[in-house]
Parts: sequence; C-alpha cells; structure tokens
Amino acid sequence: MPSHDVMPNMELYQPVQVEDALQIADRLAERGWLVGGGQDTYGWLKDRAKTADAMIDLSGIEALRGVRETADGIEIGALTTLTEVANNPVIQQRYSLLSKAASVVASPQIRNIGTLGGNVSQDVRCWYYRRGLSCYRAGGNLCYADTPQGMNREHSLFETSRCVAASASDTAPALVALDATMVIRSVTGERTLSAQDYFVGPAIDIENTTALRPGEILTAVRIPATWANADFYFEKVSDRNVWDFSLVNVAAAFKVSGGTISDSRIVCGAVQATPRRLVAVEEAIRGQARSSATAASVATLATTGARALAHNGYKIPLMQNLVKRAITA
Amino acid sequence: MTTHIGFDFTPPDIEGKVTGEIKYAEDYKREGMVFARLLTSPMPSGRVVSIDASAALRMDGVVGIFTADDLPPVAPPGNPALASNYVTYVGQPILAVAALTEEIAESAIDRIRIEFERRPFVVDPLTSLTPGGANAYPEGNVLVRTREEGPEGAPIVGAEIRDIKWPQSAIDGLVNGKGPIGATEEHFTDNWQFGDLDAGFAAASVIVEEPFVTVGYPHHSLEARTCMAYWENGKCYFHGSSQSQSANDNSLARMLNIDPADLVFINEATGGGFGSKIGPYPFMAISGNFARVLNRPVQLRITREQEFYIGSARSGMQGWIKVGAKPDGKVCAVDLVIVNDGGSAGGGSGNSSAGHVSLCYQPESMRYRGISVYTNTTPRGAQRGPGQNEMAAVLAPIMDKVANQLGMDRVAFRARNAVDNNGWYGGQSGPVTSAYMREAIAQGAELFGWQDKLNQPKQLPDGRIRGIGVGSGYHGAGGRGYDGLVRIGTDGKLYIHSGVGNLGTYSYAGTCRAAAERLQVPWENCEIVRGRTDRHLPNSSGQGGSNTIFTHTKTNWLAAEDAVNKLKEIAAADLGGSPEDYDIGGERVFKTADSSVGMTYAAAAQRAIELGGKFSGQEYPDDINPITQRSVQGLAGTGLIGVARDNIPGQGEPPGILVGFCEIALEPATGKFEILDYAAVADCGVVVHPKNFANAMRGGAVWGVGMANLERHVYDPQNGLPANTGLYQSKPPTYLDIPSISKSGAVGIADPQNPVGARGIGEPTQGASAAALQSAISNALDGFLFNRAPVTTDMIISHAAGLDPVAHLKTNTF
Repeated sequence: MPSHDVMPNMELYQPVQVEDALQIADRLAERGWLVGGGQDTYGWLKDRAKTADAMIDLSGIEALRGVRETADGIEIGALTTLTEVANNPVIQQRYSLLSKAASVVASPQIRNIGTLGGNVSQDVRCWYYRRGLSCYRAGGNLCYADTPQGMNREHSLFETSRCVAASASDTAPALVALDATMVIRSVTGERTLSAQDYFVGPAIDIENTTALRPGEILTAVRIPATWANADFYFEKVSDRNVWDFSLVNVAAAFKVSGGTISDSRIVCGAVQATPRRLVAVEEAIRGQARSSATAASVATLATTGARALAHNGYKIPLMQNLVKRAITA
Repeated sequence: MTTHIGFDFTPPDIEGKVTGEIKYAEDYKREGMVFARLLTSPMPSGRVVSIDASAALRMDGVVGIFTADDLPPVAPPGNPALASNYVTYVGQPILAVAALTEEIAESAIDRIRIEFERRPFVVDPLTSLTPGGANAYPEGNVLVRTREEGPEGAPIVGAEIRDIKWPQSAIDGLVNGKGPIGATEEHFTDNWQFGDLDAGFAAASVIVEEPFVTVGYPHHSLEARTCMAYWENGKCYFHGSSQSQSANDNSLARMLNIDPADLVFINEATGGGFGSKIGPYPFMAISGNFARVLNRPVQLRITREQEFYIGSARSGMQGWIKVGAKPDGKVCAVDLVIVNDGGSAGGGSGNSSAGHVSLCYQPESMRYRGISVYTNTTPRGAQRGPGQNEMAAVLAPIMDKVANQLGMDRVAFRARNAVDNNGWYGGQSGPVTSAYMREAIAQGAELFGWQDKLNQPKQLPDGRIRGIGVGSGYHGAGGRGYDGLVRIGTDGKLYIHSGVGNLGTYSYAGTCRAAAERLQVPWENCEIVRGRTDRHLPNSSGQGGSNTIFTHTKTNWLAAEDAVNKLKEIAAADLGGSPEDYDIGGERVFKTADSSVGMTYAAAAQRAIELGGKFSGQEYPDDINPITQRSVQGLAGTGLIGVARDNIPGQGEPPGILVGFCEIALEPATGKFEILDYAAVADCGVVVHPKNFANAMRGGAVWGVGMANLERHVYDPQNGLPANTGLYQSKPPTYLDIPSISKSGAVGIADPQNPVGARGIGEPTQGASAAALQSAISNALDGFLFNRAPVTTDMIISHAAGLDPVAHLKTNTF
C-alpha cells in the first residue's frame, strides 16, 4: 500500500480571469479538478484516493473574492475565505448565522485558507470512502459503513440510499436556512440554484454531492434580505472544540413577533449527505411561542424517520437537543 | 544554598527552536543523497507471495529497491524493519524504493505489484482469546516466556508464540464484570500476588468489582521520524530522530552489523517521542543498510500516515478489578485482571498498570493476572506512562465509588492509602527511595480549593453540571549505573559532555546544571557538548521512563566531583599541603586556610594536561562503560577530565508521583464539558528547573485530556483497516480543549538517593490529569461509571438520553 505525501504529477492551470477558468473547465470537463483553498482537495489527491489529469487553481481570480451588497441582500464571492466571511461587518450585522457558522469551521489556519465555495462544495465524510475503498459512492457495489460491524459513529441518520456518508459543512446548513442562492457559471452562461437544491443526496446522484456539472464553476453565493436580521441560532457539536468536523450542527432562523414564531427555517448538518431542513418542525412551531415547551413538543418530530446505525444512535438525542436549544434560545 | 539547581535558565537550543535554525534529522542533506520511500501492507494479515518491481526499477531516477532479503533475518514476531514473509498489520513496511527525488520514489512504489495470500485476522484481543478466535500470527496469539533447565543447571530463557484460548466462561465473566470465571494460571502470562487476598476481602466493609476498557492510540509526535545515513571510511554517519543519544549506539550498530566505534549517531533535536523513539526503531535498519548497498547517502522520511502505522502506539486494556476496603478507608484487597492489546509486536503494559494500583493505593493484599495478546493492529510500545497512565484514568472513578460507598471524602480516601517512605511497589513489593504522596495530596487540595468546591452547588446557573475530580499518577523515575563526563578546558570553561538525547524536554540541559553546581561554575562559562557520537559523549540512559533527571543529575554531579578531587590534587601537588586542605569557588581551587593560595580552573586544566594520566584522561576508571572509555580516549590530553560511573549505593524505585484535581462544567445534552480548573502537585524531590517543570506539568495535563476524552484507535473488524490514521482524525487535544490556566506545585522534599535531591516527573503528569478528569466526569453524572478511557462525547450524550453508552468491552473500536 503506497503512502504518499507529495502531490501526483498533474497539469496545473492558474487562471486569473473567470472567463479563462470557464474555458479551461469546459475543455477539461471530467479531467479537471477545481480547487479554491484546497483544504479538501489536497487530501484526496495526495492520498491518491481520487485522481485528475489537471488542476484548475481558482485562487488567483480576484473577481471571485469579497462581499458585495446587492439590491436584495448580499453576494459573496465563492473564493471569499471563511475568515473573511466570519469577520465581514455586513454579514455579522445582518446574517450573523453565517458568520457564526463560518467562525467555527475547522481551525483558524484552515479558515484563513479555506473558502466559502469550497466549504459548501466539499465532499461527504466517510472514512471508508475517503480511504479509497470501492464503495457505491466510489463506483463500487457495496457500503462498508452500513453494516452491523461498520465503524459508523460519524455517519448519517437520514436518506441513506446505499450510502451513509454525512455532509460535514458548517456553512451549508446556514446558507440553506438563509435561503441562499448559488450562482453557477459555465461557458454557456449563468444559472442559479437555491442552496437547498445545490446539495444532492445519494438517491439522486451517489457520486456527487452538489449539482455542479463538469465545466461549471460556483462563482458566488447570494443571500436575500428575506431573513436578514432574523433571530438566529447556530451550534456545532464536535469532539474537539477546534479542528474537528460536526457530529451534528444546527442552523436556525426565526421571525418572532410578540413572542410568537411567525416563520422559521431550521437546518441540521452532519445527519445526512446534505443539509437537512426540518420542514415539519418549522410548520409545527409556526404560530407557537418561542419557548422550551414548544421546543420540547417538537423534539421527536425533528428526528422522525431517523435510522440509527450501529454506532451513531447518539446523534438522535443530540439532534433533538440541538433543535430544542435552537427553538428555546 | 544552590546556585543552579532550582533556578530558571535558558537551554542553549531554545533560540534555534524559536527561529527555526535548529536542525532535525530531515534537515540534513548530503551530496549525492537519494530519497527512499516505503511500500507497506494493505491488509492486516497475509503472506507475500511475490514481488514484481520490474516496472519501478525501469523508471528514470530509481536507484534501487530494498527488501527483507537485504537485512539480517528477525525471528518472529520481532517487528522486523521489513516484512519477510508474513504481514501482520495494515501499514507494515514490505520494501523501500530509493530514487533521485521523493516524487520519483512515490511514483515508483505505485508501479510495484505484490501478490498476497490473505490470512485470517483479528483486531480485538478478547476475540482472539475466545475459543475458535483467530490468531494474529500463524503460530498463535501470545508470546510466552520460556525457561528451561540447561547444561549444568543454567536456565535457558527464551520466548515462543503460543495459541492460548480462554474458556467461554472466562470471556463472558470478564465482559460482564465478574472476572475471568474458569480461567486458571496458565491462561495468563503474568501472575503475582502478595498478602492474603481472601483474608483481605473478608476484612472489607466495601467491595467494588468492575470491568474496564482502555483503548490504545498512536503517538503522532510532531516530527514524523526521518533517518539519513551515509558511509565514509568504514564509518556510518547516521542522522536519526530519536529521544536518546548514547543509548542508541550499541543497538543501532548491531542493526548495521558494525562495531559501535564505527557509528556516528547524530541528533541535534527531536520533535517529540513520548516513548516511541527511546531506542533504535526497526526501520532505522533500512536507511543505514540501504546507504551501504547503494554507496550513497539515503534519506528515509516517513509520512504522517506511516507514523500512525509504524510510529508505535499505546496498548489498550480489557480488564476487571475487585477492590476491598476497610471501614477506615484502608484498601485491604485488590484482585486485578488485564488483557492487553499488544498489536502486532505484543507490547502490553499490564504489569505497569498493576504497579500503579499497588503504589498509589498500597493495598494490604493484591493479586495480578495479565496477558498480552497479539492483534493485527499497529505495533504497541511505550507511550508516556505506559500502563500506569491509562490505569490511572480508568481507575479513578472506580476508586471514587469505593470512597463513596465508604461514605468517605474522595481526597481523604486517597490520602488514607497514599504511599510514603515506607511504601512499596509492584509484585515484589520493592521499596521506594522516598515518597511524599500524602503531602502532595494535601498541598494539591489546598491549591485547588477542594473543600470550597465541594461546598459549591452542583447545578450551575447556565444549566451545566459541575463535576470535581481527583486522580493520581505514578511512574518509576530514575536509573542507576550510567556515566558522567566533564572537561575543564585551558580556557577555564566547563565542558559538560552529555549522552542524553534532546527529545524536547530539556532534561539534557537541566541535568548538566548538576555539574555546574558541583564545580560552582557560572552557567555562562559552561558548554554542553552533545548531539553527535564523535563529540565524545558518555554512556547515558535512554530518555524514557522519566528517568533522566534522577539518573543524570547524579552522573554529572559525580563526574564533577571527580573533577573537584583532581583539582584539589593538582593544587596540593603544586602549592603544597594535601588535597583536603583545598576548596573550590570562583572557578579557582584554593587553600581553605588562605584563599590567596590557589590557581584558576584554566591553570589547573593546563597542569592536568602536563601531568597526564588520570588528570587528562589518559587513564580512567575500570568500571566506566566502553562507550565512555572511547570518549575519554578521544578527549585525552585536552584538559582536566572528570569521569565517573554512578556507583552511589541505593535501592528501591525512585517514584515520580503526581496528584491532579479537576473541575468541569458538563453539558449532558451535547456531551461536552469545559474544564474550569486544573491543579496538580508533584512529589518529585527537588525541582531542578522550575519553568521547565511547569511546562511539563502543563504538557502532560493537556495530553491527559486526550487520554480521558478524545484519543483512541478505531479499527474496522470487517477488514482490519484503521479509521483514524491522520493527525486530525486521531484528535489530540487542541488549545480550545484545555483550560487556559492550570496551577501546579511541588512538594519539594529532597530525595535522599540523589545528590541534588531530584526525581523525574514527566510521565505521571498525563495520568493524573486523565484520572482527575475522568473522576470529574463521573462526579458530574452522580457517580456513573463508564469504565472506559476515553469517555467520548457520544457516550455522555447516550448516557444522558438513557441509551447504553458502552455497548461492549472491545478495544480498537468505538
């Protein structure tokens, strides 16, 4: 078994214009690998668990960086670092849910390099898959984790169609909760997707975690004013307090009027391959007081349909507890 | 009144470490050097049928391939540098490829094809002991020491792998907390007992029996080990990452099949070892021998993932303990069973675990039964307080339960049983050099505010639950019989030659202070000579087992004492009178009655050279080690030589003892806790270097958090693959997982068997911290026993939710 810590031989493209990057991505299609901060990329490539003929390094494209105010909210360049997202005054003021989520990703060093686009587009977490085993997601015909003896403490509770890998992004649930729009460009133009539709579960596409197609580049994230300055709650539970993935996280936005919840969006991460929006809970608490009693009444609803594996049963009470705290806070 | 011992100073390599100027093994390059990389086993157990390296060898830039056939055979299961036939764990090195660049070497490895034959494997020791369970080796699952009657009654001591299976009743009994029912003496490899166990339990008013599990975990020192070797004029120059210096000489020379005199081992600095780099590790044999075969320098730098595989790891334990205590709190009986996970090299530490129990609680009677079982997992070896620390962690809440059932304060219970100067250790009930654990407990309780914290409400205003805990740590902390070597130059400077490795603890420098103290030389006029064999270093202990402070303050003191005696002899010969008429001070030797009559150290050194003989190293004591003899020969005629073997009479174990206290705020809903306060007090004799002592206390406490809460092996029982080979996956504590401030102190009573009164303390700092934290977690949860180390986030959540937090008694798994 080889063990590597140098990069494989591959072509490297370093465009500085979006248009050039799109041309290269279109030409290379499946043979190309987009990289922003590289915090997910380098592990895959250096471990040789995935390969590509060429790397398209987007980090030199200044146009993809920064936070801009728009007529209906803000637009964040996909290459904006997580540190910049966490510290941006506009985001902190209006969308503190996202700044809080970005501030707890991994470690300060990783946040200084890692980008918002990369954080939401990172591959799912499953140590079998990331070790390069030939599982369903890797094109094989079995799942190593979803077995009685599988080591699946970090894996999914929901929507586990042949794959129980979990999404570990901390910013993705926040963007879904904020009803963000993902801006995707290709040589043929621009298309947009809601954040909720950007993330793809294994039942739809087991080999990809986002709706990005070969030749496309996520260029920006737009957050509408709809949820600006709402009551937000974000919490991440991980084994370590820094440099660790979520065991479960929750991102929630509430519109409260006179102590009553008029609307909400509650999203959990690390419980399935995509951020899981808790629509049933949102509906159940609409018109209810934001209180511990309301929270307690919907806790089990939050995990309805959950299927515990051999070692991740704790995620059910953890998820319930986090949803309760989000509603109570 | 001391001038060096007990005072802060700056070790000479600090600046280089801060600026990055200091060199680690990887930083050394040599003209013509090639880079080697390892190809390792992808499976936990199998046989290498064939190797096809033809495509790799045809690549431009590939200069050679090196297999087990190029090395002397190693009898199984000796953890060979390269697997020769059977592979017994994922990541076991099979061959090395050397190339002009690391990139070429890695690409070449991708082109090598190996045909394997798969064998059954096992990742859990109890599974292997179960009737019909798989064995890690074809020959069996346990290394058994043998002793046969040889010619003329001389015993022949050996070892062989045997297949040992337990009756199912013993497996079930252990798992269910009833002990290994039906197991007999031959089902264990370690058996010892002292006192009348039955009478002990009969006298007990409280008896607690519990199963327990501790999970092993890898080292992951910051510096992934590197070796670079080259040969010149029949000598091997070897740059290696190691905890030790002189202690490597003989073993590494054997690996290279050369006379130790032909080895120059070079180690300026090492980025951590913690027990994994005490002596030469197997793959050191590759770079040295490969360099000889290729006749060019070879550097072998392993990856972080390979550090997980071959960088050694802590052994896990599955066990059972039964403790009996009298109404006054005295522990009167302990029955302890430990099954160690030895990984593929068999290294278990059960006997040390039992030693921890015996020393920290001084039971009136005790039985220990242990066995270390091979598994097809990464080789296990020493890791900071091996055996003692994980025992401390898992034992603390169990002993809390005993105290609680007695209706006794947990701290008072520990003080009741604490070791003192009349204490003993282990199965032989051997003595200790000195021990003031009771004083450490009292001082620690005061520093922590134990009584105040006991009286504070358990429920915090923010909904979290307060837990307070206490734990003890212990490790043997000293050795005897090594050599010291100093030289006073004609420049008047004191050159302290040290064979102690620079593993990051700065003990190499701290121990040299003893020589400066004895000769009363200002530190700025001292120079530590170290880091390369050819700098003429004495025979020193390996830097493991927290021994260095005790061991080498002695050797350096004794070498300095020898120099003092020679100074006086020279002065008497030149200035009249007898040596007894002279004293030293101010870097002079002078007449006690008239200090104006004397000479400087520089002048005395010049006279030593002129006099020759013992004064300047042409002659030396017969009892010094051959390593030291060679070094004295190398220094002969260059100044006044002080050299001595540590022949200070003494007996018993020099114990390093620590008592830790921890306060946490625990949140059952998330399984998380915050460490609000941590305080620890050491009984380690006189503190040599206060700042370094405080650093050691902090560092050990941090790692204790890892042991108690975060770090563990995870192996998949389906395929034998490890799940957490990376640094981030192994989860050592980060700066946000530990308290920002911790308090530490020392009892400070001198050990009578050390000239400066010092003992070591490095290793127990982790065990006491882990124990105190586990005790605090249990306390927060009303005395609930997880009986595991680590207690992880999910276990606390599950317990709070009424789920079974610990589904089984397995090691290497979740």
